[in-house]
Amino acid sequence: MENLLWLIPALPFAGALLLILFGRRMPRNLVAILGAGSVGISALITLLIGFQFLSARPDFYVQQVWTWFDVAGFTPGIAFHLDALSLVFVFVVTFVGFLIHVYSAGYMADEEDFARFFACMNLFVGSMLMLVLADNLLLLYLGWEGVGLCSYLLIGFWYKNPANGYAARKAFIITRVGDTAMAIGLFILFQTFGTLNIQAILSEAPQTWPIGSQMAVLVAFLLLGGAVGKSGQLPLQTWLPDAMAGPTPVSALIHAATMVTAGVYLIARTNVIFELAPAAMLAVAIIGAVTLLIAGCTALTQYDLKRVLAYSTISQIGYMFLALGVGAWSAGIFHFMIHAFFKALLFLCAGAIIIALHHEQDMRQMGGLRRALPVVFWTFLIGAASLAALPLVTAGFYSKDQILWYALAGERGNVWLYLAALVGAFITAIYTFRMVFITFYGEAKTHVSHPPGMVMVVPLIILAILSIVGGFIELPHNFAHLTLFSDLLQPVLPGIAVDETIGESEWMFQLLAAGVALVGVFLAYLFFYARRTAFEESIARSSLAMAIRQFWFSGWGFDKLYDTLFVRPFVYLANINKNDIIDSVYNGLAAFARSVNKGLSQTQSGIMRWYMMGVVVGAILILTISLLP
Amino acid sequence: MILAWILIILMAGGVLAWIAGRLNTTLPRWIALVATFACLCMTVYLWIELPASTDAVGNWIMRFQTPWIPQWGISFHLALDGLSLLMLLLTFFLGILAILTSWREIDTKVGFFHFNLLWVLAGISGVFLTMDLFLFYFFWEVMLIPMYFLIGIWGHENRTYAAYKFFIFTQASGLLMLLSILGLYFVHGYSTGVYTFNYFELVGTSFAPEVGALLMAGFLAAFLVKLPVVPFHSWLPDAHSQAPTAGSVILAGLLLKTGAYGLLRFVIPMFPDAAQAFAPWAMLLGVIGILYGAILAFSQTDLKRLVAYTSVSHMGFVILGVFAFNELALQGVIMQMITHGLSTGALFLLAGFLYDRLHTRDIRKMGGFWTSVPKMGVIALVFVMASLGLPGLGNFIAEFLTLVGSWQANNWLTVFATLGLVAATAYSLRIMQKIFLGNTANHPALADLSLRELMIAVPLVVLILWLGLYPQPVLNTARASVTEQLQAYTNPKVAEPAQAMLQTEASDSLTIHTLKGRTYEPK
Repeated sequence: MENLLWLIPALPFAGALLLILFGRRMPRNLVAILGAGSVGISALITLLIGFQFLSARPDFYVQQVWTWFDVAGFTPGIAFHLDALSLVFVFVVTFVGFLIHVYSAGYMADEEDFARFFACMNLFVGSMLMLVLADNLLLLYLGWEGVGLCSYLLIGFWYKNPANGYAARKAFIITRVGDTAMAIGLFILFQTFGTLNIQAILSEAPQTWPIGSQMAVLVAFLLLGGAVGKSGQLPLQTWLPDAMAGPTPVSALIHAATMVTAGVYLIARTNVIFELAPAAMLAVAIIGAVTLLIAGCTALTQYDLKRVLAYSTISQIGYMFLALGVGAWSAGIFHFMIHAFFKALLFLCAGAIIIALHHEQDMRQMGGLRRALPVVFWTFLIGAASLAALPLVTAGFYSKDQILWYALAGERGNVWLYLAALVGAFITAIYTFRMVFITFYGEAKTHVSHPPGMVMVVPLIILAILSIVGGFIELPHNFAHLTLFSDLLQPVLPGIAVDETIGESEWMFQLLAAGVALVGVFLAYLFFYARRTAFEESIARSSLAMAIRQFWFSGWGFDKLYDTLFVRPFVYLANINKNDIIDSVYNGLAAFARSVNKGLSQTQSGIMRWYMMGVVVGAILILTISLLP
Repeated sequence: MILAWILIILMAGGVLAWIAGRLNTTLPRWIALVATFACLCMTVYLWIELPASTDAVGNWIMRFQTPWIPQWGISFHLALDGLSLLMLLLTFFLGILAILTSWREIDTKVGFFHFNLLWVLAGISGVFLTMDLFLFYFFWEVMLIPMYFLIGIWGHENRTYAAYKFFIFTQASGLLMLLSILGLYFVHGYSTGVYTFNYFELVGTSFAPEVGALLMAGFLAAFLVKLPVVPFHSWLPDAHSQAPTAGSVILAGLLLKTGAYGLLRFVIPMFPDAAQAFAPWAMLLGVIGILYGAILAFSQTDLKRLVAYTSVSHMGFVILGVFAFNELALQGVIMQMITHGLSTGALFLLAGFLYDRLHTRDIRKMGGFWTSVPKMGVIALVFVMASLGLPGLGNFIAEFLTLVGSWQANNWLTVFATLGLVAATAYSLRIMQKIFLGNTANHPALADLSLRELMIAVPLVVLILWLGLYPQPVLNTARASVTEQLQAYTNPKVAEPAQAMLQTEASDSLTIHTLKGRTYEPK
């Protein structure tokens, strides 16, 4: 069964190829069947292989399809490596991907470029699977850039609006900055180990580099550069909110569930290198903590439904980074999976709302949708509850609680990281239910055209179920103590040691986390559902609050900063030198030659008097010089 | 003999096409096409037969030598190894595309056009084949003059200026190379008594360091201008943008590669010491070229000029890799020569297709074409992605190998070169945005690619994908030549001990002398 592994990425690629070549001439139904079907079959094969993997429990499967190239002992292969970590990712990519493809068939039904959409989506799924299955870093890099391309194509899917094209280019260029760092990391890895095979590097690294060695730290930071670019973490997060210009299923699949978590995958995949570089680990944790706070605050102020979700994604990936940074590897991956479920769900719900309201995305124009779109309301509520980590019943609670706990009690954790995560959880609850209250309660402001059809509703329901039950496979050890997920990952990702002195009081911190989430929901209720009291109104209207809101709304001024620091100087430099200053040197040379020519040709006047004069002056000059002592 | 036949077919075909041009306008096209296709077939045949013949004659698959002016040591000497074979394949493939794309574009002096086209190809093939330095200089000129006519007669509005500029830059630098060739000839003659232009005999010449540096400088002048390296690049944007489509394809795809080829074939093996001394500067020039070309490309509004500056940027990788002196980088350079030839050739062809429809190269007058020409859009997308180095396409392999190799030679310069990838993203995506995306309003609907145009573009797409996913055949073909060019650099480990031994012997005898002259001092 494991020799079917190559089919998992190959099928979506084949689908994409067929759609690119013949898509325009195919009937729409066939396009949808081909697009969703190829991913669906990949999902089925994943099930088969996954089932076999779980029953046989090998450490990994490897399948080499062909040697990519072979130069001077550098022999990366087109080869796939399946272990528990990649299995989790492949599962999420194919299943969530399949659901989103099905949903898209409904969502995009009225689009002109139906085939182009599905071709790009399939290409994306194929590249993403390549990324998570690659057995060497170069193939991983292929998938990594491939998903970047698809992200670019799909953000700019509605290409007629130049703003969308701008957002698409921004996404590509900013992630490319991170990729460049990563590429340099690969150069160092190759120079040190003579290979880019991941397993070989991971087993060699501890022998080559002592813990804290400069090279290990350098490499870890360079890889981290790639990861922050792709995952929209500080300082390269600015592209992700703009990426919402793409169709909503794209935001769900690429910019929430899968591609943006590639950074998390990369760090988890190269965990050995990061373990050797404590400074980099700390950086990962701090980046995660700061990002989750900054993005959370920004999410509080946005009115565009999709932008709230985008900032929320940045913030939730911040949690994953925090988990990785404190060494809670499996907690980070667990949160990735649960986040993929509920964030895809939220985006798809948002899509259903947007379509029903004729492409209206501003929450201020929504309201009262609870009655008009009941299924969307309930599923959105479930997703929101999971995102806000409401205790006990939601999957998000279990995954986020683990991260909070390890940020404090893990051997690399500390109280500051914990506080950041706790405050973040509080903010998350507020902005999440702010969305719920503004969108679904209050009075209706825009007419609802038609509720979503079955094709769109079924994926919502499935994802809603997963957003609840997904959490039950990993329960805290002070109640139930179920560790199916971390057991699965145990051969790939090292476990985490817990500080025993606070180990006793775990339930207290759980209560605190639960309480914080509930208080957040209550605050959202006070401000955005109930009529505001005069006191609350005065807080909201004070000039300080307005200034802060404006600052947060702009994404903490990062766009402006980068604009003045990098974009403008580059464009200015390019524009003033449009005519190539170096060319003017040569033109100057030519002009000089020409003017000398002009001057000398004056002397060829044909007038005898001047020639005589020349001869006489010349003779006098020569005489004078020769008579000089 | 098959090597001589290649040149004969091209040159004779050229003359024939010129004469046929007096009869009608279609015949020269067919003559040119058949001649180039015949050459391509011969080269492909050689490539397929390659493994068998490699064992027989070492690195050299085939040689052809006959005396020309024996009293001066000049012979008509051709030889083919993996590197030249790959370059010939590229030459004839792009040559065919150039002929096909001119099918409708050129309608004046058709016979003379194809004469020039075939003679440029002959000159280029000669440069890639000849192993006699005098003959090399001859072919170097042969490719220059017809090109001058191609630009000057069939070019765009500013063609005369561009043609002069092209001619003066390449001619002046070529003359410096001629000086070096003569210098090499005499230095070798003085030291061995054998006066010859034979590459194989000259390659082992040893000189005093200053002489080596000076001679290398002459060769470098010609190759760096041709490549081109900033600050000697400024002929290129003018020549590329003013030439007819076929001319731009040949300039970017092939003529630039003769500079790279010259570096690999002559500079690296002949002047190992001087080259090593110059290496950091050369790599620096490469990095400057990568970044400078990219920034300039970003601001251009003339599509062909834009693509021309991307060439400047991409050729920076070539010189960066050449002077890293290791197999990874050199294989990367050879891949870059081929994939850049294909991808930039393709972009110029697309510019030609657009010019054919719009009669402008100004991208400010374009936009939103995806709606009416989706096929062209997809193909453009592929090559735009190739030019920004997307993995899965050939250019990525080239750039990655070059950078991995150059990293081992110089870390910091490689870091800056890698930053070039970001700049490449910026200018490449700008091409896509300005032409195919954006608002469709106030643009006429264009006709999508015709069958002839698809026949030109689709093979390019297939090749660039093939080179990106399975480049091994190309790498294998180039391997032996790469090892040979690097012999002087990989062997120092063998050479050094020998030298060291000589030195210790000499110093031993010296010590004995001094001991004799001194009174013995007990320790």
